[in-house]
Amino acid sequence: MTHVGYVAVTWGLSFVLIGGYALTLVARGRKLSRQVPPEARRWS
Amino acid sequence: MTAIAPDPTGPGRSAAASGPGAAGAGPATTGSPGSRALGIAALAAVALATLYGLALSPADVEMGDLVRLMYVHVPSATACYLGCFITTAASGLWLWKRTPGWDVLAGAGAELGLLFVVITLVTGSLWGRPTWGTYWTWDARLTSTALLAVLLVGYLALRRLDLDPDARSARVPILGLLLMPNVFIVSRSVEWWRSLHQRATITTLHPQIEGDLMVALMTGFLAVTLVFAWLLLHRFRVGWLEYQAQRLDLDQALDARRSEAGAGASRPTGDEEVAK
Repeated sequence: MTHVGYVAVTWGLSFVLIGGYALTLVARGRKLSRQVPPEARRWS
Repeated sequence: MTAIAPDPTGPGRSAAASGPGAAGAGPATTGSPGSRALGIAALAAVALATLYGLALSPADVEMGDLVRLMYVHVPSATACYLGCFITTAASGLWLWKRTPGWDVLAGAGAELGLLFVVITLVTGSLWGRPTWGTYWTWDARLTSTALLAVLLVGYLALRRLDLDPDARSARVPILGLLLMPNVFIVSRSVEWWRSLHQRATITTLHPQIEGDLMVALMTGFLAVTLVFAWLLLHRFRVGWLEYQAQRLDLDQALDARRSEAGAGASRPTGDEEVAK
C-alpha cells in the first residue's frame, strides 16, 4: 500500500473525532438525565 | 414529532411529584431500545466500511491507495451538508411553529454539521498534500467550505450567548436559514469557478467510479449516514434535557420568589407590633 501514513491518519483521526464526540454526548446525556424528572425523558 | 412537544404538566410540577433524577421511571441516559438498535447497525456499517475501504477496495489507477481517503472525505462532506439542511429546515419550522423542539433540532444539526465539516477539511487537507503538493490553497471549494465552518461556529456561538429571549429567537434562526444557501455555493463552487478540486464524482448519471471502488464508497456513505443518525438522535435528546433543566431551574427560582413574597406578606408589620 502506498501513502500509508496519509491513509492511517485520515481514518484514525476521523475515528477519534467521531468517537470522542459520541462519548462526550453520552456523558452529557447521563449527567443531564439525573437533573430532570423522568417524565421529561420521553424516550424511556 | 410528538416526542419533542413541551411537557404540558410543566417540569416544575413533575419534579415536585417525583423529584429530579428519580430512579426507576426511565433510564438516566439518552439511550432507548431504538437508539441502541441504531447504534448496533451503525457499528456494523462502520466495520463493513472499514473492511471495504482499507482491505477489499483495490487501489485506483491514477490515485493509488489515496483513493481510500475518499471513502471518509466524501461521506463526511455529505453529512455536513445534511446537518446544515436540518438546521435550516428546523430554523424555518421554529420561526413558523415556535415549538422548542425545532430550536433544539436546529442546534443539534449545526453541531453535527460542524463536526463533519472539520473532518471534511482535515481529510481534504491530508488528501491535498500528496495530490496537489499542499495542505491548503485558497481554492473556491476549499475557501467556501472554510466559510461554511466559520458560519457554523458563529451560529453555535450565537446560540450560547445570554441574549434576551425575544432577540435570541429572532436572530438565531435567521443565521440558521443562511446555512443551506452557503451549502449550495460550496456544492456549485467547482462549476462556477476554476478549481483544483475535482467535480462531482457520483451525482451525475455517469459516475466516474465503478466496481469495488463504488461499493466501498457506498458502504462509507451508509456508515456515515447511520453514525450521523445516531449522533443526531443523542444530540437532540441532550439538547432537550438542557431545555428541560433550564425550565426546571426557572420554575424553582419563581417558586422561591413566590414563597419569599408570601412569607413577607404574612409577617406582622411594625404598626401591628406597636398596637399589641
